[in-house]
Amino acid sequence: MTLDPTHLTISELRHMLDERELSAQELLGLHLERIEAADADVKAFLRLTTARAAEQAQAADRALRDGTAGPLAGIPMAVKDVLCVKGVETTAGSQILKGFKPPYTGTAVQRIFDAGAVMLGVTNCDEFAMGSSTENSGYFPTHNPWSLDRVPGGSSGGSAAAVAAGEATFSLGTDTGGSIRQPAALCGVIGMKPTYGRVSRYGLIAFASSLDQIGPFTRSVEDCALILQTMAGHDPLDSTCADRPNNVARGLHDGVERIRLGVPREYFEVKGMESGVRLAIQKALNTLEAAGAELVDVSLPHTDYGLAAYYIIAPAECSSNLARFDGVRYGMSEQDAQNITEAYMKTRRKGFGAEVRRRVMLGTYALSSGYYDAYYLKAQKVRTLIKQDFDDAFANCDAIVSATSPTVAFPIGSRTQDPLSMYLCDVLTLGGNLAGLPGISVPCGMSDGLPVGLQVLAPQWREDITLRVARAYELAADMRVEVALVD
Amino acid sequence: MRAVGWEVVIGMEVHVQPTTRTKMFCGCAIAPLNAPPNSHTCPVCLGLPGVLPVINKAAVEACLKTAVALNCEIPRHTKFDRKNYMYPDLPKGYQISQYDLPMSHDGHLEVGERRVRIRRVHLEEDTGKLVHAGDRLHKAWESFVDLNRAGVPLMEIVSEPDIRSAEEARDYAVALRTLLRTVGASEADMEKGQLRAEPNISVRRTGTTELGVKTELKNINSFRNLYRAIDFEVKRQIEALESGHDVVQETRGWSDAEQRTFSQRTKEFAEDYRYFPEPDLPPLELDPAWIEELRRALPELPEARRVRLVSQYALPLHDASLIAAERELADLFEGAVRAGADAKPAANWIIGEVAPGGSVPTINQLADVVKLVTSGSITRDQGREVLAESIRSQRSAGELVAERGFAQVSDESELEAIVREVIATNAKAAADYQAGKKQALGALMADLKKKAPNANPKMANEILQKLLQ
Ligand SMILES: [Zn+2]
Repeated sequence: MTLDPTHLTISELRHMLDERELSAQELLGLHLERIEAADADVKAFLRLTTARAAEQAQAADRALRDGTAGPLAGIPMAVKDVLCVKGVETTAGSQILKGFKPPYTGTAVQRIFDAGAVMLGVTNCDEFAMGSSTENSGYFPTHNPWSLDRVPGGSSGGSAAAVAAGEATFSLGTDTGGSIRQPAALCGVIGMKPTYGRVSRYGLIAFASSLDQIGPFTRSVEDCALILQTMAGHDPLDSTCADRPNNVARGLHDGVERIRLGVPREYFEVKGMESGVRLAIQKALNTLEAAGAELVDVSLPHTDYGLAAYYIIAPAECSSNLARFDGVRYGMSEQDAQNITEAYMKTRRKGFGAEVRRRVMLGTYALSSGYYDAYYLKAQKVRTLIKQDFDDAFANCDAIVSATSPTVAFPIGSRTQDPLSMYLCDVLTLGGNLAGLPGISVPCGMSDGLPVGLQVLAPQWREDITLRVARAYELAADMRVEVALVD
Repeated sequence: MRAVGWEVVIGMEVHVQPTTRTKMFCGCAIAPLNAPPNSHTCPVCLGLPGVLPVINKAAVEACLKTAVALNCEIPRHTKFDRKNYMYPDLPKGYQISQYDLPMSHDGHLEVGERRVRIRRVHLEEDTGKLVHAGDRLHKAWESFVDLNRAGVPLMEIVSEPDIRSAEEARDYAVALRTLLRTVGASEADMEKGQLRAEPNISVRRTGTTELGVKTELKNINSFRNLYRAIDFEVKRQIEALESGHDVVQETRGWSDAEQRTFSQRTKEFAEDYRYFPEPDLPPLELDPAWIEELRRALPELPEARRVRLVSQYALPLHDASLIAAERELADLFEGAVRAGADAKPAANWIIGEVAPGGSVPTINQLADVVKLVTSGSITRDQGREVLAESIRSQRSAGELVAERGFAQVSDESELEAIVREVIATNAKAAADYQAGKKQALGALMADLKKKAPNANPKMANEILQKLLQ
């Protein structure tokens, strides 16, 4: 059997590139063919950047020949539509930014480019990253490569689906409440949200500034560590990005012998947890135990309040972050108005979708005088309690394991009429954002023929632990990320 | 003005642009006044999607220096907040400012005999500028946005309502400017918009303690107009109240052309700015050692200098206050004294000639003139002329005196000959004087000045009286 390069990991491809079994330009050609074949169904990409990709692949081939190749030389990748790339239309999945081409490239993407990667295009997402199914995209929904009538998860659904469908070797997403981990779980790939402050947010079109982080989708834990390592580190353009060592791959292959894995009781009792998911997770925990890990019961008592706190803090920040989309300087501008207020209202009513408008209104309300203490301030207090929950739990364990999503991928359209049921998708992931923790989702089997994800959370700045546990699982379970939608 | 039966209550909000090379949260250079629109902008200050602010340390330092000089308390922790409102000159849809944990609070500034309490000094960013095609905003057919000023750092200095007159308000603003320049925090040039004073004014019946309804004045661009605008506003409010009308809480502009205030915006309901902590900037920890270092490095402040001018040079308090109020004048005074001028005459020259004039001489120019006049070599009138000319032409006083033949005749025998001649030609006036009509001396002196303009008047007068005895 000859291996299809569109199914391989970065390290496998890198080996082939180094051995001249394949050129970066050939690799690019194969991916463009794959996109041509699959993306009419999957709709992971909003737009392709073929000309840029050709230039980058050519440069990669040159660097490979010269021996100056960076660690990602020639590797085809995709970028979520919320990450600014100079000269490439970047719209945050929204009509309001249609046609907007940033005059600069964000730090994380620039570091990926500097390492030699080849950008294939821009992937679809929920508008301004607000959603859990990519159905809130201002353009079109993305389909789950494992079952085309189902959602890929969200908000980074396009990035997850592209890797799952063999359209890109890795991709970048953003995670505010689970927007990387949940679609990774639903699409059967690896996805990671770093510690808040690990990766610069400069160039990330903000949804909720205190929660957003950029992270990778990959096909192996090792790849995940490599991409994170490449993006991470101090950036003078982001004051919330920490200046500290970034040896995230330390001890990656050391296994889980004597590692204590906390199993939070509350995370197994959440509303709507599917039995198939519970079963797959139980099996994964058994595998980890067999590999030497010690399972310990822990408690995260404020879990029930996390969702409420999240849906106040995130909309509050978004209501302010999205004020700049006013039609004055860039993007959509409705000018048929009598005065500036009317122009604002017309532009924003037309440019924003229903979910974005809902959250802007929720957030505006939560910050209003007279309500600030009851909502925003109280939510911040809950956030502190949730951080405390995790601190207490980590006193007794090294990492926390659970399902990433209580359900497998659900049918397109099945939750769009009920925002609350959609918000419940994030119930197991958003705690990690509120507490600023690193978290990874790795595929751990199937339920009803659809992928299930195992989430591993670790204390702040301990990406090494999440990656080490995930790598140990990958090895023990002989797990290999499969490419779906193979004809 | 002092209206009988009324007390004036004024608080001041002053925005000051600290001296920094770059903007508050990005690397853009501060635009000069004549820079083309939007020439000093970048993705950050344009509020493009995805950008983040980074705090300018020089602005923080200028703010802390100011706060220390204003005797403020500096907290260990401070933070920035977002003030949310939408307007085309505000690219992000919010202004980064400080709400409940400002950089400093609870200080004071001595203004003459009055201690004005400072409520807070905080840092924020300026907005851009709108240029309207057409003369009035609501009639404009097109508006243009210039974001050169967007993101320029501003310190906001808020006083308690401790000021009691237009004069005091002006003196407060002048004292603030001197302080800012002394500590090197700002050029504080009002005409360049580096210092913007916004007084809020109310009046109440003398003896009452409840505050009246206040109005806030904007777009005042000079100390003179600050005085005039407040003076106008106080009269307007008193007239309204005395004729049974109410004062409406509102923002009023000052019209330089019409020399009056006019209603700009009524505050029927307070705007809800939905302040919340700026999530893009971590809270700022202010190291007490740094504050102490700034405190130690402060130059002598105007208040301390005033006290020293009195003790070191025996100046009257009034003179010392006037001179210490402007750093340039105080430096000029002390320099001239060091260069050999006597203190009190030097102070008189500065208060009487230099301060009202506008063009400031160098230390040596002033010292030379003061010395020449004090020694009687030239008259005061001649001194004035020499001073003006030496400022204009940058030539030395001695050179100018020689060129114009200003040197006074102070030689006793020479003067006596002149006086004898005057007595001879004015025999009647001399006789009148000797007969007891003391005012006849005036006529004699007048003729003497005509005959010999360079004669030392004091000596000539003495000789005249001696010869007529
Ligand atoms: Zn700038």
